[in-house]
Amino acid sequence: IVLQGEGCRTVPLSGHVGFDSLPDQLVNKSVNHGFCFNILCVGETGLGKSTLMDTLFNTKFEGDPASHSQPGVQLKSNTYDLQESNVNLKLTIVSTVGFGDQINKEDSYKPIVEFIDAQFEAYLQEELKIKRVLHNYHDTRIHACLYFIAPTGHSLKSLDLVTMKKLDSKVNIIPIIAKSDAISKSELTKFKIKITSELVSNGVQIYQFPTDDESVAEINGTMNAHLPFAVIGSTEELKIGNKMMKARQYPWGTVQVENEAHCDFVKLREMLIRVNMEDLREQTHTRHYELYRRCKLEEMGFKDTDPDSKPFSLQETYEAKRNEFLGELQKKEEAMRQMFVQRVKEKEAELKEAEKELHEKFDRLKKLHQDEKKKLEDKKKSLDDEVNAFKQRKTAAELLQSQAQQAGGSQTLKRDKERKK
Amino acid sequence: PHAGPVEGKNEAAMSELVPEPRQKPAVPMKPMGINTNLLGYIGIDTIIEQMRKKTMKTGFDFNIMVVGQSGLGKSTLVNTLFKSQVSRKSSGWNREEKIPKTVEIKAIGHVIEEGGVKMKLTVIDTPGFGDQINNENCWEPIEKYINEQYEKFLKEEVNIARKKRIPDTRVHCCLYFISPTGHSLRPLDLEFMKHLSKVVNIIPVIAKADTMTLEEKIEFKQRVRKELEVNGIEFYPQKEFDEDLEDKTENDKIRQESMPFAVVGSDKEYQVNGKRVLGRKTPWGIIEVENLTHCEFALLRDFVIRTHLQDLKEVTHNIHYETYRAKRLNDNGGLPPMTVETEENHESNL
Repeated sequence: IVLQGEGCRTVPLSGHVGFDSLPDQLVNKSVNHGFCFNILCVGETGLGKSTLMDTLFNTKFEGDPASHSQPGVQLKSNTYDLQESNVNLKLTIVSTVGFGDQINKEDSYKPIVEFIDAQFEAYLQEELKIKRVLHNYHDTRIHACLYFIAPTGHSLKSLDLVTMKKLDSKVNIIPIIAKSDAISKSELTKFKIKITSELVSNGVQIYQFPTDDESVAEINGTMNAHLPFAVIGSTEELKIGNKMMKARQYPWGTVQVENEAHCDFVKLREMLIRVNMEDLREQTHTRHYELYRRCKLEEMGFKDTDPDSKPFSLQETYEAKRNEFLGELQKKEEAMRQMFVQRVKEKEAELKEAEKELHEKFDRLKKLHQDEKKKLEDKKKSLDDEVNAFKQRKTAAELLQSQAQQAGGSQTLKRDKERKK
Repeated sequence: PHAGPVEGKNEAAMSELVPEPRQKPAVPMKPMGINTNLLGYIGIDTIIEQMRKKTMKTGFDFNIMVVGQSGLGKSTLVNTLFKSQVSRKSSGWNREEKIPKTVEIKAIGHVIEEGGVKMKLTVIDTPGFGDQINNENCWEPIEKYINEQYEKFLKEEVNIARKKRIPDTRVHCCLYFISPTGHSLRPLDLEFMKHLSKVVNIIPVIAKADTMTLEEKIEFKQRVRKELEVNGIEFYPQKEFDEDLEDKTENDKIRQESMPFAVVGSDKEYQVNGKRVLGRKTPWGIIEVENLTHCEFALLRDFVIRTHLQDLKEVTHNIHYETYRAKRLNDNGGLPPMTVETEENHESNL
């Protein structure tokens, strides 16, 4: 017999209990465990993706600059361990290689979408395992996608729109204008407005910094209005005044990366890391991943049954699907085996036929050979006979001749004698 | 500074605070101050604050079950633990309610708030446990209830369109009340704990410990610990789930010296040495509940609430629930039971 209490009342506490340490307990466990953060940088070759990452995280990540002659779009992924105070962060940076370099860019977005889906799939597979270790799983799902826009000053390229449209339901997109020291301030304002309106009119959902928590609502709200962030990256430090700063030096002046009047780098860092990193992770898990999971499972033919009907329909459906699949496999296997046996028989028959032919040919040749031989022998025999006959005649002739000669000799003598008479 | 691939740990060299390995601050410092003005500060340690804010916003659930014969002071203890009337006491001798014929499960939820932290606390009472003449299998309804909560969670988790936050009714902690006989554990105690320690975190407590002297208490505790060990009963914190050396040393001390906690509960306050304290008044003195020389209530409270609350939930979720899930999926799918777990043996649910 189970009795459930209804409707939770709030009861007052008469003293200090101590569960206000709960957030600390939770956070401590997370700190011990370490954190994961995965960033995807999408953008054409040469837009400064690697440099921006180096600048954001204050280190020189490995890698050589990419060439423009890639046959297709690839993704390069690297994982690093960073530590600050007592926080250990496993940072994975994935960059596109060769994006925008091909002549035909129709399929350029595909490797990116496939990569993002593959990370969701890996997590889903782990989640579906019977014996699973989710709390120790190294999460590779992409938490933030920085989309690098070329600083043309005009508008978004069609490649950008197409790609972002394909990605917006799968990942948190933060669009940024790269190498923005190429644009003047007035052009920049117009550019940002143009980009924003194009995104809106094409229905591209970019990541909105959350405004539901009062403590960050204001700053996030303001920042949302500054999107896309115009950034500049630089790992070179120059002495400006009496401080060392990250900057780029031109003949006409020096651009300071961390100067908010020069570019939005500080805003990006603030939003991406210092304020919303956790929200980006949460959105990835509760929104993008759930969407992927739902679609994937529906695709495989699963449906939620209503709660009254048999529980655990998913498991049973799995079983049914699995049996169906195995059955199909078996049928295929059977069919293949049949075909194999058939082919073998045919081949065997062919070979037998060929063998028979060969035998026949052999016999024929043999016979021919024998006939020939016989003919030759006959000929030889007749030749021998002729030769013998000839020999006989010859001997006979020679005998006659010699006889004749003798007789003739005497006859000649006789004739001579007669004449003489 | 170079950051290489995964093999080595790298420090962002600009960070001034030299980080200690596995540092567990009691309360992580807010990262404003020294670091922010340092050249090269990235700000990844702000994630602690971000995470803390988010969890405070969502709030917490905690479900605690109390098991023991009637009259052992279960409700009083829970009310003392949470300093509020979260559990209704049965009214002693003159009860309007009769002793239930079987074990009942009563789960009542309240919301309590402290320091900005909102907690939905559900106290699950088990009246009738051990009160019959024949108590055979009286743990079964309890085990059934616990498994039902796992089942509820599993069903929700397995849905295609699932809730953002799955409501958690799983029992995170089960306080088992041992009668302070001073001799040894009863067969019922052993049977219950043997069965249930495999599915839920059990914390044994010696109830009404004000009937034992200090020496009797120490001896009794030793005997109880020995008996539990001999019977292979693993109570929380279980040895096999210690995460690291630090956990192990901390928990070993608790397992081998402090537990089972000998407690006294009370919701009445008295004046002692000018202070108002929770206590029990007897002709021979006032037993101060929160005085460590009188009883171990404060130890229990600190253990369950102030240090291990989150861990109780995590062990329930990561271990007990997973065990239930794996067993359930195995049975249901008719797949062969897993014996040794190796990488290769991980069967997918597909």
